Amino acid sequence: MGILEVKNVGKRFGGLHALSDVNLSVAENSVHAIIGPNGAGKSTLLNCLVGKLIPDTGSVSFDGQSVLGRKPHEINQMGISRVFQTPEIFGDLTVLENMMIPCLARRDGAFALHGYRAMMRDREIVDRAEHMLEDMHMIDKRGMHAASMSRGDKRRLEIAMCLAQQPRLLLLDEPTAGMARADTNNTIELLKHIKDSRPITIAIIEHDMHVVFSLAERITVLAQGTPLVEDTPDNIKGHPKVREAYLGETEH
Amino acid sequence: MTDQTDYTPVAAQLPSRRAARDTILGLTRKDFGLLTVVIALTMLAPFLLNPFPSNSAMAQFNAGYPDLMQRFVIFGIFAIGFNILFGLTGYLSFGHAAFLGVGSYSCVWMFKLLGYNVLPGILLAIVVSGLFALLIGYISLRRSGIYFSILTLAFAQMSFALAYSVLSNPSFNLTNGETGLQVYTNDPQWLQGDGPRAPHIFGLAMRETETLSVGAWNFQFNAGYYLCAVVMIICFYLSVRLFRSPFGMMLRAVKSNQQRLNYTGVNARPYTLAAFVISGMYAGLAGGLLSAMDPLAGAERMQWTASGEVVLMTILGGAGTLIGPVLGAGFIKYFENIFSKINESTLHAWFAFLPDGLEDALVAIVYPFVGKGWHLTLGLLFMLVVIFLPGGLVQGGNKMATIFRRDRKGGGVEDDAAAQRQAGE
Ligand SMILES: Nc1ncnc2c1ncn2[C@@H]1O[C@H](COP(=O)(O)OP(=O)(O)O)[C@@H](O)[C@H]1O
Ligand SMILES: [Mg+2]
Repeated sequence: MGILEVKNVGKRFGGLHALSDVNLSVAENSVHAIIGPNGAGKSTLLNCLVGKLIPDTGSVSFDGQSVLGRKPHEINQMGISRVFQTPEIFGDLTVLENMMIPCLARRDGAFALHGYRAMMRDREIVDRAEHMLEDMHMIDKRGMHAASMSRGDKRRLEIAMCLAQQPRLLLLDEPTAGMARADTNNTIELLKHIKDSRPITIAIIEHDMHVVFSLAERITVLAQGTPLVEDTPDNIKGHPKVREAYLGETEH
Repeated sequence: MTDQTDYTPVAAQLPSRRAARDTILGLTRKDFGLLTVVIALTMLAPFLLNPFPSNSAMAQFNAGYPDLMQRFVIFGIFAIGFNILFGLTGYLSFGHAAFLGVGSYSCVWMFKLLGYNVLPGILLAIVVSGLFALLIGYISLRRSGIYFSILTLAFAQMSFALAYSVLSNPSFNLTNGETGLQVYTNDPQWLQGDGPRAPHIFGLAMRETETLSVGAWNFQFNAGYYLCAVVMIICFYLSVRLFRSPFGMMLRAVKSNQQRLNYTGVNARPYTLAAFVISGMYAGLAGGLLSAMDPLAGAERMQWTASGEVVLMTILGGAGTLIGPVLGAGFIKYFENIFSKINESTLHAWFAFLPDGLEDALVAIVYPFVGKGWHLTLGLLFMLVVIFLPGGLVQGGNKMATIFRRDRKGGGVEDDAAAQRQAGE
């Protein structure tokens, strides 16, 4: 029994079957990649996991509890953090403030009316946020407006924000999409570092095979809304069905 | 909170961190400086607003008389509260006058039932408007953007209609319709005793005014004004605390990226609702003070124009900045009361030194912009500010400050907020 269990999930958009009969089990403390051609339904699947979409059929459970019908912030408080395909950060806030929000969310929960306490004197939160920024080698950017950072740094910040919550499951949607090679390699190193430095389960959607094969322990191939195969990276590489459906496409 | 680990942050040496640690009244040095400025300005207002001798031609530009000074600070409170909602969360309410009106009615009712001490009235105004804001906010905040604005506008117009006619009939007269709610001699006033027969606070009448004459200058010190000023200073202080608190940061996060906030485990709804209720209470307090200064409450205080006015004040001064709303409120109230008083004969007097033809021509050009046409000037000014200074008057002030001290270090007190506003454009 994995930490994340997806059973018979189906999702339609009008006449389009974006997902049909998806079964997926992600083992605790593993890195599980979901690959597949564009439009395969990868993002849709992720959206069903975090409460952005509600599947038409099937069930999704995290650590034995169903996530269906819960609001995004409730699912997050259960221990699932999500990194978006385009970095979603608080552009008007400073980098340090961006880091403080997940720290507050973790300590104070979904709502706390602390309107009289000075934010910068909350040593526990400030220290935790700064510690996290140091860990990510971003401490020199603490006073910057988040919106003015490079895309690579925004992605890094977003990952750091998710980690600050100490999630049990980290979901990443194409974290290296649109990145230059060097940035991609940095991200791979970062994710390796994350995985090695704490107990965490990572589910990653990725287009870039290099990223997938450097990180994943299990791979699920999704095509036209249904899982084609699920196996280890080595077996996936040689799998004829996968070559035909997916890898063949990207090799020319 | 004192669990210091062996880990010492590198950033501890950074200036902003040090500034955050030594605080006065829970405020950083910068913020405390701003508070001091606000205190000085409000306490010295009778002098500052009366720069011209009373026998000079410029005397009509003096704003240092009790009635107007009261309005400055009362609408300052209104705008400070509005800014907590609009400036921080970006939710633009077009119905805040409803809370102003509710506050006014509540206060007059306390005069009618209990007596002329203003304290119960002001307290009730805050409570009732807070509850009313809870109801309206709970419903309106189900939508965002323009739909939220329209919902608040609809509620305010409904409140206006209720106050103007529905809740004013012989069998149930809560608002006294178009006459306005006022105190009559046959009202119960259970706790009135033999206190002053006009609004007072523990015996000190609101209209009590001391006049200090220095040469041709007459400075007026009014009890009501000083009560309102003290209340405004408290309101300002609380809003600074709120801006710098985790709650304030969450509100800015709502404005910046609500999606990220929700996926970070924070429920944005109660945050926006709390901001809505707090700003509604500020508005109610302002309404209560209006009645405390002049015990008459009319439905027109709930009109949509009154709701629009506080939006203008906040944007003109600088939405999301600390002091901007206060400046905006003062600016607009000054225009409304001073510019509107300039009439044709005043203009002729000003331009009398010119040849007759030129004088008439100039008067003809200027006249549409003053007197009854003051809205025209205000509109033009508003356009200029929005186009060239999207951070409002505060941004203008900061720009000037930077020009003056180009080679010195450090920015204006409100650089951050103004810059943030610009970044949000
Ligand atoms: N909100 C939506 N409404 C309608 N169709 C959608 C929506 N989201 C995704 N789709 C469609 O569902 C299919 C799967 O999309 P998506 O999950 O984004 O694919 P992937 O992330 O694998 O590239 C696509 O054909 C896409 O057009
Ligand atoms: Mg996608």
